[in-house]
Amino acid sequence: MRPALEVDRLMSNVLALSEKHALSVDRLTVAFPHGDQLLLALDGATLEVQRGEFVCVVGASGSGKSTLLNVLAGLDRPSAGRAHVHGRVALIFQESALLPWLTALGNVELALELREVRRPDRRDIALELLHRVHLDGFENRRPHELSGGMKQRVALARALAQDADVLLMDEPFASLDAISRDLLHGELERIWRESRLTILFVTHNAREAVRLGDRVMVFTSRPGRVAHEVAIDLPRPRSLDSPELAVIAGRITDRLQHEMSNGG
Amino acid sequence: MAVELAPDLRLPEAAPTIGKPIREWLAGAWSSLWPKLGAILVTLVIWQAVVWSGWRPPAALPGPWPVLERLAGDLGHADFYLEIAVTLRRAALGYAVAVVAGTLVAILIARIKLARRAVGSLLVGLQSMPSIAWFPLAILLLQRSEGAIALVVLMGAAPAIAAGLLSGMDQVHPLLIRVGRAMGADGLRLYRHVILPAALPAFVGGLKQGWAFAWRSLMSAELLVVTGNQISIGQQLQSARSAPDAQQLLAWMVVIFVIGVVIDGLFGALDRSVRRRWGLLRGDQ
Repeated sequence: MRPALEVDRLMSNVLALSEKHALSVDRLTVAFPHGDQLLLALDGATLEVQRGEFVCVVGASGSGKSTLLNVLAGLDRPSAGRAHVHGRVALIFQESALLPWLTALGNVELALELREVRRPDRRDIALELLHRVHLDGFENRRPHELSGGMKQRVALARALAQDADVLLMDEPFASLDAISRDLLHGELERIWRESRLTILFVTHNAREAVRLGDRVMVFTSRPGRVAHEVAIDLPRPRSLDSPELAVIAGRITDRLQHEMSNGG
Repeated sequence: MAVELAPDLRLPEAAPTIGKPIREWLAGAWSSLWPKLGAILVTLVIWQAVVWSGWRPPAALPGPWPVLERLAGDLGHADFYLEIAVTLRRAALGYAVAVVAGTLVAILIARIKLARRAVGSLLVGLQSMPSIAWFPLAILLLQRSEGAIALVVLMGAAPAIAAGLLSGMDQVHPLLIRVGRAMGADGLRLYRHVILPAALPAFVGGLKQGWAFAWRSLMSAELLVVTGNQISIGQQLQSARSAPDAQQLLAWMVVIFVIGVVIDGLFGALDRSVRRRWGLLRGDQ
């Protein structure tokens, strides 16, 4: 084994042992082949998220937000730099990505099965998780028989079934109507408090980021990197319509527009 | 939350009469049946009109009535069912082998990149090749045997089945694969829990098309070869032609048509139920 790799491995063990960080991204660069040339999705992005923290990433489309999550989930490879998640990861996407041939219950049970939970326990655990996201009575519906908000609740229950330490969310509520989104913000906040999950939440909506995050990271466009970081000190639960929230969100939106006019 | 309320609102209305659903079901069945009955009636009328025009003598082209009478007579003979059974047994055997072979080939091609490049285009060629072209070779290899017939059915059906499954696996939404991986499904478990179920609707389409090819191949093969002392539908067609017994010939053609319609209907029902379950059908079509 090459020494550098060995050091990497040891370092990541040390980080995993430290209780502080749930995930750390260090000068992460990701390039994709695009025609003959390489397209830079991320260029030296650096961020750290502490255990139990709720961090939102805001950026325009093309800021490499989704690429960041894919690398953290192990679905894409870094071209340079490092990205580590210390613990088990679950992902939630904009489309719920439920398996359409399984019922709500079946989708949650599959996550348990893939975790090798014993068959007799799966059903009870899955029912309890669906209860926690307020889907009692909808266990036997298939995804196409559920509304967009309900599908995301199932996706949330499925993520919890994965017994994850870190939840990576990629614009999960972007295609929902305002009322469902409001409800789900509350639910997500409640589940986060109860479970002490670490959440990295990607969105293009500054108000949503300020509504949910302990911290908000503003990403530059093409290529993406962290341009700006805002700590949100507003008391929870916050209201999307509160003037304080609007002020902070407004500043972030200004910053985003500034980044976009620079980046093209 | 209209979804939740609707069943409660409907309950008192539906409770008093139990006969109502049956009547509704009959009405539904009738509304889907009458166009088909109408089409059959129109066909019979045209057939009768051609016979009455005197284009061919009744010995060569009998009218629908004597043919159906002859068929009704055949229905009383045990031999009639034995002959159908011989043909259907061959169809089932050849088709079953084709399903297994087609599925294995498709999974192999999907798994191995090199195999995909090598066999992918071959599969298209095989699919467009009339399977009866395999028959002379099959006879050379296996003589005039059940095996030769099975080989032709296999070569007719397997490429369509493999192509159906393969295109189904290609079209699996990448997001589902990402989700499966993120849940910890890798290798075979990813196939078992995500890729194969996602490909099922396309696979059923391939199965249906494969059956159509198998049935045609079998009819061609049975017309060309007489094996042992097993009398089949194809062989009965041949002997009715050489007798000549036009009524019997047409009676057998009706039987072949009906078998085709029934089995196609079964595949159609399977296809619809899978699509409904997968959320690909809206409402009760």
